Amino acid sequence: MANRQATGYILLFATAICIVCGILVSSFAVSLEPLQDENAALDKQKRVLEAVDLLQPGERVTPEEVAARFEPIKPVIIDLATGEAQADADTATFDQQRRARNPSTSVELPKNRASVKRLPDQALLYEVRGDDGELEMVVLPIEGLGLWGTLYGFLALDADTTTVRGITYYLHKETPGLGGEVDNPSWKAKWPGRRAFDEDGEFQLAVIKGQAGVAAEDPFRVDGLSGATITSNGVTNMLDFWLGERGFEPYLARIRGEAN
Amino acid sequence: MAVKKSEAALDPLWNNNPIALQVLGICSALAVTTKMETSLVMCAAVICVLTLSNLTISLLRHQIPNSIRIIVQLTVIASLVIVTDQILKAYVYEISKQLSVFVGLIITNCIIMGRAEAFAMQNPPSLAMLDGIGNGLGYSAILMATAVLRELFGSGKLYGYSILPTVSEGGWYLPNGLMLLSPAAFFIIGGLIWAIRVWKPAQVEMDG
Repeated sequence: MANRQATGYILLFATAICIVCGILVSSFAVSLEPLQDENAALDKQKRVLEAVDLLQPGERVTPEEVAARFEPIKPVIIDLATGEAQADADTATFDQQRRARNPSTSVELPKNRASVKRLPDQALLYEVRGDDGELEMVVLPIEGLGLWGTLYGFLALDADTTTVRGITYYLHKETPGLGGEVDNPSWKAKWPGRRAFDEDGEFQLAVIKGQAGVAAEDPFRVDGLSGATITSNGVTNMLDFWLGERGFEPYLARIRGEAN
Repeated sequence: MAVKKSEAALDPLWNNNPIALQVLGICSALAVTTKMETSLVMCAAVICVLTLSNLTISLLRHQIPNSIRIIVQLTVIASLVIVTDQILKAYVYEISKQLSVFVGLIITNCIIMGRAEAFAMQNPPSLAMLDGIGNGLGYSAILMATAVLRELFGSGKLYGYSILPTVSEGGWYLPNGLMLLSPAAFFIIGGLIWAIRVWKPAQVEMDG
């Protein structure tokens, strides 16, 4: 047997182990990727359903059931600057994050509180319509920096464009038990009924430190997550940004215009 | 070292339990035991990783250079953990989201490196595999016992099914919120260690 303490042998052995392990890990990662992507897409759809209260947290549903409940929900791609729907854009292949990375379809933003670095020209949102075709809710994608990374989620607004109907996150890196409590159903249950804008159309909603009152009496404040001030502030900042003029304000204004 | 096969697999269950006697792997035992479902997946993941890492290390035990053995063990374990994590993400996505970082943290679970260094480096593959399964089951036994108690008294459920109807759902049981927090797992594991040592006094550590 070769001398196990020889430097050459040690280097050779280390290289061999690295190559074998590398091949093992990467072949699993590559071959399982389609399945994982499918799961992630399904999970995202479930979070949209949760935001509009068509799915209860923790409820078990088959992919067919998800598709059936998604019936009244229509994905719409809009131009962020004008708020106009882009009828010719393909919703199936739309990838907002990729669009935000591509310099030809995005702009670099000045420093902002939500730490959104690049803004895509278009965004995919969901419109929920009743049987009569009347707009009931809109589900807006939101993202912004928390403590450890960017949180990605959805905010469901009533057709009046100011009453919150629900909020969910589908991807984040916050600490389980602290900032990770953005996933806690009882915290999310505190959102419906809160109001994003006051009478003058000013954004007012904030996640505060401590406890807020019930939605009817204290509509502009939501309980903070204890031990997670930075995540809580991140949630406030991303709502401020995405409901603001760089975000969905032009689109919301257009809906308000149509309603009147 | 002559170890019988049955001993290698069964000893870690009661006589030499990795959590109860060696007090290893406590971190994940606190984190994932609020529900039986997540605990079960975590146990399966740990058993797989532990068995395969013991097998691999044991097969390579005559080839691994002594001076880099720890880093080699770590490389093997880390690769197995990443593969396990990928498989969980592909087949049980919801649970893998709930387990979040804790599957990745199996890499740092002392039980796995402990068994690789203490057992697999000295013993033939078949015995090392049995030792892996045994230790995995020993870890699982404590984890599941903790999860049963925490889920039953913390949310009135077992494996997601209502056993004690809670007040919030119109029943009579007021859930014990402490059970859902990490300290509860400490109390339960402490209680289990006490119970096992009353049953088997040989495990009691003597002062001095």
